[in-house]
Amino acid sequence: MSTDNTGVTAETVKKIARLSRLHVEPDRLAHLADEMNGLLAWIEQLGEVDVQGVEPMTSAVEMDAPLREDVITDGNVRDKVLYNAPKSEAGYFVVPRSVE
Amino acid sequence: MSDLTKLSLEAALDGLKTKEFSSVEITKAHIDACMDAADLNAFITTDFTNAMKSAEESDVKLAKGEGGALEGAPLGIKDLFCTEGVKTTAGSKILGDFTPQYESTVTANMKADGMVMLGKLNLDEFAMGSSNETSYYNPVINPWRKDEDLVPGGSSGGSASAVAANICLGATATDTGGSIRQPASFTGTTGIKPTYGRCSRWGVVAFASSLDQAGPITRTVKDAAIMLQSMAGYDAKDSTSINKDLPDFKAACGKSIKGMKIGIPKEYTMDGMPKEIENLWQQGIKWLQSCGAEIVHVSLPHTKYALPAYYIVAPAECSSNLARYDGMRYGDRVEGDNLYDTYERTRAEGFGKEVRRRIMMGTYVLSAGYYDAYYLQAQKVRTKIAEDFKQAWEKCDALLTPTCPSAAFPVGRKVNDPVTMYLNDIFTVTANLAGLPAMSVPAALDNNGLPLGLQIIGRALDEETVFAASSALEACAGFTAKPEKWWV
Repeated sequence: MSTDNTGVTAETVKKIARLSRLHVEPDRLAHLADEMNGLLAWIEQLGEVDVQGVEPMTSAVEMDAPLREDVITDGNVRDKVLYNAPKSEAGYFVVPRSVE
Repeated sequence: MSDLTKLSLEAALDGLKTKEFSSVEITKAHIDACMDAADLNAFITTDFTNAMKSAEESDVKLAKGEGGALEGAPLGIKDLFCTEGVKTTAGSKILGDFTPQYESTVTANMKADGMVMLGKLNLDEFAMGSSNETSYYNPVINPWRKDEDLVPGGSSGGSASAVAANICLGATATDTGGSIRQPASFTGTTGIKPTYGRCSRWGVVAFASSLDQAGPITRTVKDAAIMLQSMAGYDAKDSTSINKDLPDFKAACGKSIKGMKIGIPKEYTMDGMPKEIENLWQQGIKWLQSCGAEIVHVSLPHTKYALPAYYIVAPAECSSNLARYDGMRYGDRVEGDNLYDTYERTRAEGFGKEVRRRIMMGTYVLSAGYYDAYYLQAQKVRTKIAEDFKQAWEKCDALLTPTCPSAAFPVGRKVNDPVTMYLNDIFTVTANLAGLPAMSVPAALDNNGLPLGLQIIGRALDEETVFAASSALEACAGFTAKPEKWWV
């Protein structure tokens, strides 16, 4: 249950939703906590694996990160960049006020 | 003229080259078939006007004896590949009006080779799902039916359904945990996920970048080889693209597998798995033996941890990748009381339930205090899974497994139970975690008359062995069944 201190609580869900930038109605928090606890209970079995001295896998293929010259490879496509903007004006994105 | 929609891609390309029929003719035949098949809901966007224009251009080239490897062939594109000037939704509401001003590398390669694009195929939202039921544009229906509508699998459900129903000669797809192979198995089609890095991810809407890989869904193994040859190749615009020459995939098809060592991993069996799938696996072993392969028993001890590890790694990468949908630069925006409220309402309304669930899970496992316990642990388990395979490769050249633990299931059956839904990918997800090439080949019908697939997994960069073993399986299985046409 979501009231269990060792699991995800409604309060945790509220925090995670905020970090995720997802609006969640307050009456949905407990349900989402239960759902996350259900998934986490299934995932917990990973704890059984002995990973002593094991390096975390960070790349699916064994290769060195490629390097290239630090030069501009494209540009001058302002209208293409703005094409799908929900709001734009005079060659700029229009966004909500973020500094009062 | 025989029905042009029943041809394999290979036969269609031959017929085009020898001018037995024109691209306009075969494209028109497929457009008619697409229109008849509206009940399958395989397409999100069709682009028939441009398809006919491409077909005419192809015919000009073909008349001169010119043209590329896919010249004039009508194909479908999963709606996860950005296509210049053609709406690309990723199955999501948030990208409902998104019209890319650039072309993904994979589709650019195919267009350069002369493909005729029929349109954009339906999928689970942002490729997150195993049944195509999370699409904002409604579920895709499997052409195979048993008394009721069945799912085509996911996330490449539109691609699989379209190829099975003969409304495209082949289709692009993508595979993050099984999204090419599971729908191929559910629809009696063939699909390969190549080695991670073979196909450029540039211009493919991202889900989990360390796992996402494009590949084809087709009706034959050789067709898959032809399409993959065009889709794959080094691309400087994707820093994980493999800078190695491509082997000749088609030449690998039909190569003798005499003396090839095929590993049978004992962990690839599951409680509650239908006996028919176990029997089919045994049949597959006999088929490969009859072609001269040597069967060896191997162990992949960390198999059962693959799915839980995946459901940490994939949501973690998803939460990071999908942070870009903020309603500012592209995608829908829902105005709120202030900037944060706008972000939160935009994302809550723009993303569906499964996508929101994975973003939240990903954010949780990456958040302070949980990162080591979940994310780091999962990445270490991923190393163990990759090591399991490395040990297996000391004993064998490829692995044979079932593709899925079940046949296609009814629409609505599993949609409210995430863990049960996730278990669909239990046999496919390991190849994504380890970056290995793997192919599903249709092998038989179950007692309900529904298709089942077998999977071949190979070493990294060794698609040739996968194609050779898969075409041996294909030849032995002789799978020619097609769904009874109910959708017109």
